[in-house]
Amino acid sequence: MNVKYLYSLILVIALFLMAYAGVEMAGLQIVFGIIVPYVAVAIFLWGFISKILGWANSAVPFRIPTTSGQQKSLDWIKQNKIDNPSTTAGVVVRMALEILVFRSLFRNTKMALHKGVKLIYSWEIWLWVGALAFHWAFFVTVTRHLRFFTDPVPFPITILENVDSFFQVGLPLVFQSGVVLLAALLFLFLRRLFEPQVRYISLAADYFPLFLLIGIALSGILMRYFIKTDIVAAKELAMGLVTFKPCIPETVGSIFYIHLFLVCTLLAYFPYSKLMHFGGVFLSPTRNLANNTRMQRHVNPWNYPVKTHTYEEYEDDFREKMIEAGLPVDKDKE
Amino acid sequence: MAEDLPKAEEFLTNIDHKVPDTAWMDTPTEIRKGMYCYASNPKSVETLGLPNARKWSATDDDWQLPENWQEIIHNGFKERLERFRSLKVFMDICVRCGACADKCHFYIGTGDPKNMPVLRAELLRSVYRNDFTKIGKLLGRAAGARKMTLDVLKEWWYYLFQCSECRRCSVFCPYGIDTAEITIMGRELLNLIGLNIDWIATPVANCFRTGNHLGIQPHAFKDMLDFFVEDIEEVTGVQLEPSFNRKGADILFITPSGDVFADPGTYTCMGYMMLFHYLKEKYGFDITWSTYASEGGNFGFFTSHETMKRLNAKMYAEAKRLGVKWILGGECGHMWRVINQYMDTMNGPADFLEEPVSPITGTKFENAKSTKMVHIAEFTADLIKHNKLELDPRRNDHLKITYHDSCNPARGMGLLDEPRYVIKKVAKHFYEMPANTIREQTFCCGSGAGLNAGENMELRMAGGLPRANAVRSVHEKHGVNMLACVCAIDRAALPPLMEYWVPEVDVTGLHELVANALIMPGENDRTTDLRGEDLPETEDDADE
Repeated sequence: MNVKYLYSLILVIALFLMAYAGVEMAGLQIVFGIIVPYVAVAIFLWGFISKILGWANSAVPFRIPTTSGQQKSLDWIKQNKIDNPSTTAGVVVRMALEILVFRSLFRNTKMALHKGVKLIYSWEIWLWVGALAFHWAFFVTVTRHLRFFTDPVPFPITILENVDSFFQVGLPLVFQSGVVLLAALLFLFLRRLFEPQVRYISLAADYFPLFLLIGIALSGILMRYFIKTDIVAAKELAMGLVTFKPCIPETVGSIFYIHLFLVCTLLAYFPYSKLMHFGGVFLSPTRNLANNTRMQRHVNPWNYPVKTHTYEEYEDDFREKMIEAGLPVDKDKE
Repeated sequence: MAEDLPKAEEFLTNIDHKVPDTAWMDTPTEIRKGMYCYASNPKSVETLGLPNARKWSATDDDWQLPENWQEIIHNGFKERLERFRSLKVFMDICVRCGACADKCHFYIGTGDPKNMPVLRAELLRSVYRNDFTKIGKLLGRAAGARKMTLDVLKEWWYYLFQCSECRRCSVFCPYGIDTAEITIMGRELLNLIGLNIDWIATPVANCFRTGNHLGIQPHAFKDMLDFFVEDIEEVTGVQLEPSFNRKGADILFITPSGDVFADPGTYTCMGYMMLFHYLKEKYGFDITWSTYASEGGNFGFFTSHETMKRLNAKMYAEAKRLGVKWILGGECGHMWRVINQYMDTMNGPADFLEEPVSPITGTKFENAKSTKMVHIAEFTADLIKHNKLELDPRRNDHLKITYHDSCNPARGMGLLDEPRYVIKKVAKHFYEMPANTIREQTFCCGSGAGLNAGENMELRMAGGLPRANAVRSVHEKHGVNMLACVCAIDRAALPPLMEYWVPEVDVTGLHELVANALIMPGENDRTTDLRGEDLPETEDDADE
């Protein structure tokens, strides 16, 4: 019945096998280790920048912030400076909270028709927890990976790694971010699958990135803890890419190529998908503008004159009736 | 009230939030009686010079569209993507997390999944993907894209007129995606090929010609206020003299014409008149009404940005012609979103006006220094704070009041505490509805954005259910019997909603409450309120 997620799942498995077969059977290390990454990064940069420029090129004719609190009004009425900002500083705080801790999503409620007679709304925190866990774990994981692209590894990244493996479990030490990442992704997937309303609105394009990310996380975890690969060789390959002196060290295992290929797919897919919410959230006019249009005039770049019904025309229509009713008129009866 | 509406209890048990078995793109839209508004009268469309004026009905198979309607929609869409970053960003970034789904009063009340804000937007987004994105063109349905067909168009029309542009979903959306914005654009596109509803098009045409939505001509407008003068004299013994179109007045007053026309808005209108008279007698306050700019509301906002601008232009034009210092605006919902977020940009700069200062308290309304228009709740709150009004709140003692935040002043402005302050000063019994249903989370009356017609009563009762349900909870808990609001559409829409869901509760505007408490200079001993109902016995009376 619900084939949308099946298609996406099959597609991600196919990508997985493609990389495996490409490296193991066809010996296409150069394709998967050098060509694909460069192409993917190029598509990502080109697509991301064009998308942002495309949005930026569209006008912002009106200031339409969603006001989620008390406006700036009389001196003795307390303004909600964050949820209804009237200054740039307020907007910056509002945006920071939105982007860093998903403030709007934190408000989420769930409606239930209690016993068929009463509507009840309760705080629904799990989507926020899942989303926040995923995004922060993803951020930590990506940042952590910078150790493969830098030599020497900058100090903050080493610290991050140490914090991330704080609990000192396992050998090699388990990164919490990886575990959280995978768990959050599974939660988001299961929620999409089992919550009827969310399943109903979901497109294949909603499942695909989930599976892709799950695939990336799984292959990464496999590589680190189970099917070990030569990590020094992997870094050599990565450094080769970023220094534009690409090379293919022989001891890199196929699991690495699979991981890399899925990441490349994500990069190339990113700008053409809903994942662009990452860029879009910064440009959302209901959040990134101050509610100050009564204080400060905002100009619409394409404002054009329109046909109105002037007072003169109005008085021409009704002059006699107005005079009769004792209403003042500009032009007396001729 | 429509006769074929089921009993309230039955209505409730019929609500089903189960999703259909078929995917939404494969679920055909049935245009159902009671859920849609009648098509626009061609005369009104002609008056405005809008395209494709003709007689048509939504239930006809043939909507008599221009031959190249698909091209018109496509080009219109393209143009709006360039003109409005909001539209372009909102078309691209939704992740379908579903946080908005159960935030919509129409979804809660109808259970129709296409009333989930996310799906309402997907109706447009699917066509956007097909027409404007590479991946949509390449993958089609698999990427959530679909071609614009007559069925899709009908679906747009049906559901874009089941959204009241209340912005509640946008409070919860992690990216601030605002369905109001999407509905506004969608309706704008529909208007390009002559698909509007009469409840919007005719008021707009009226407003264009006569200055107000109801088509009240200047002499009749004056007559109506003169009737109120008589009513007020009957209740208070005080004789008022409102002034109209008077050049050289200090301030111009503009309020929705609904307040002039129908109960209970009329009592709010009397409230304004009494307040102005009081201030004139005590402090020499100088204000004029206008018959030309006799509409605060703006149904043009529900038609297109251009139409909104055409109607709104009268406010500044009239202020300039009369030579007033600034403008005071009455209680209205979408009127204030237009004034707060659009007016100055569209029709400003208002450099012929002065920065508003209350002539009575000397308070500078800093928050309105560019637009030069002040909300009457701000104005009155300031008066009360400075002790400029003599009030007897005991006259409102028979009322247990709760306050309904109108969508637009709440989420398109942030006018939340001013009206609450005023209510608490003019009445003693005030109770808030549950936190998830007020302030920025307030629920729509179910009839906003031009949907308060008679033929779509089922839709209105469904959309108003969450609001009514919250009123019921305070009615049961505290015995609330009066629902106060600052919106003319509320005053028209909430009475039938209350009658249907919570018949024990009545509806009032803010300034009706103010006027009932206001002790007018030279007034006689009032025995009734403005509605002619007996005032509660005051303690002094009880002692005798």
